[in-house]
Amino acid sequence: MSTLSDELQERIRGEFAKYPDKRAATLPALHLVHDAHRHVSPAAIEEIAELLELHPAEVHDTMSFYNFFKEDAKHGLGRHRVWVCRSISCMLRGGEELLAGLSQRLGTKPGERSADGRVTLEFAECLGACEGAPCMLVDDECHMNLTEDSAAALIEKL
Amino acid sequence: MSKFEPVLLARINKPDSTSLAGYRADGGYEALKKALGMAPDDVTTVVKDAGLRGRGGAGFSAGVKWTFLPKNHPGPIYLCVNADESEPGTFNNRILMEQDPHQLLEGIAIACHAIRSSIAYIYLRYEYGRSYRALDAAIRECYAANLLGKNILGASFNLDVYLHRGAGAYICGEETGLIESLEGKRAWPRIKPPFPAVEGLFRKPTIVNNVETLCCVTHIVSRGADWFKSMGVPPDPKNPRDPGSYGPKLYCISGHVNKPGCVELPLGVTARELIDVHGGGVWKGRKAKAVVPGGISMGFLSADELDTPLDFAGPGRVGCLGLGTAAVVVVDDATSMVDVLYNCCRFMSHESCGQCTPCREGTSWMTRILERIRSGDGQIEDLDLLYEVAASMGIIPGTTICGLSDGAAWPVKNAIKKFRGEFEDYIRSKQKSITPAQELMAAH
Repeated sequence: MSTLSDELQERIRGEFAKYPDKRAATLPALHLVHDAHRHVSPAAIEEIAELLELHPAEVHDTMSFYNFFKEDAKHGLGRHRVWVCRSISCMLRGGEELLAGLSQRLGTKPGERSADGRVTLEFAECLGACEGAPCMLVDDECHMNLTEDSAAALIEKL
Repeated sequence: MSKFEPVLLARINKPDSTSLAGYRADGGYEALKKALGMAPDDVTTVVKDAGLRGRGGAGFSAGVKWTFLPKNHPGPIYLCVNADESEPGTFNNRILMEQDPHQLLEGIAIACHAIRSSIAYIYLRYEYGRSYRALDAAIRECYAANLLGKNILGASFNLDVYLHRGAGAYICGEETGLIESLEGKRAWPRIKPPFPAVEGLFRKPTIVNNVETLCCVTHIVSRGADWFKSMGVPPDPKNPRDPGSYGPKLYCISGHVNKPGCVELPLGVTARELIDVHGGGVWKGRKAKAVVPGGISMGFLSADELDTPLDFAGPGRVGCLGLGTAAVVVVDDATSMVDVLYNCCRFMSHESCGQCTPCREGTSWMTRILERIRSGDGQIEDLDLLYEVAASMGIIPGTTICGLSDGAAWPVKNAIKKFRGEFEDYIRSKQKSITPAQELMAAH
């Protein structure tokens, strides 16, 4: 039985038309699988490699470079991913304290998932929203000018 | 000089700034029509004559870059749009993409006509979700309106534009790192030559241009090279290698100011004017101690260098690496430069791709030396050691493949030279700045 659903396989194949070489669909494929499974398992890597006509090691080599994808279910993403920026503009306006505060409230260290599986908290390098520092990215949406309370309230609502 | 009129940000915050209808109501895609009526090489000539220099950091002439493509190439030729904006302090391209995606798409179409490309990839950093949605919708609108696809606007010009999302790596902003990443590999920058114009994406001739650069192209085609050259700073007569700094530029202002934001001004505004006039002054009634002139890779201006004009040549005259992304970050006089430098070094060590030893080792050892200083165990000799490591890495001493290493070394070189007294005081007084927050982060 395959790890990737028919729908996921179809969506990965849907990326091929954009590129002259299937290998270029590696990141799009990894994103699709990572979003759906909350990690990319060795079995999933093998199946992606088969679709892309690559060796699994090539897919894993690319994936491991980006420090973005979770590799096993035990450390997989929670239902939501929250990135708190720690780079210079945010640091100057309390970004590190924000991350530490949220980490304490959620009882997780950066990079880990909360016990209820709801949230994975991460530090981010510059999110490119420096005019609204400190900022954080919640899944695909950036929130600016945060305080620890306003950030915690946003996470609470997830 | 006549009153400056912003063009790049002219449509920002308009209620209908992202839609095709709104863009067309403001004269959008007229420049593309005009360009399609011109021979491709004539478009390149206008861009070259305008003196448009790349807005992504290196400041290389965009028009000249286009002329590096081989003549009469059977194709395909690719355009890669560098939308991997991730230099700390920089957010101008995000604003352009989120709020006026068609301005960029028009610039892409004009550039592709000029370089005879029919495929463009927008390499967008993953974190820019709103940009992704705005561009994705705008691209769909263009296909429906014959502004993308086959025989665009009735001309014999075909173009497909694809969005490609990154995965959180700063090095993908380096043009050959971007190409490797797009090809589905780790983003290890390539040894040059060959330059991408000769052998780039999928081993075909490729032009990589920044988002703001391409947005400028649209306005140059509609208003002409002379209009562009009416703004900015002419070449320094004492420097034969300075081609001048022309046109409008987006400056980002962040850090310890009252009014952080992005403003469009003619190239050459001073850091002081940006802080006092456009950034609302330093917050809490404090003074600026240091100012990053163009993203952290460029180093620091000290408090008495704030009248430095921020054109391509200005920051270099006071020991900074260059104008970079023109992202100004203000550090107030209540903040420790040790902490600021540590933040820069930690970023670079996290983002070094690991391919070249001087960068991989240098960034990580500089971070560790600063960690030791911040834990109260530093020694005065550590400052010389930091400087020596910084001076041994990068393209400028010639030890690495790409410029990340220079960008990692520069803040260290500037900080030790310009703020040495503060570093010495910090070490002598056995000061510490490891807070619980930083301890938590140090583990990563």
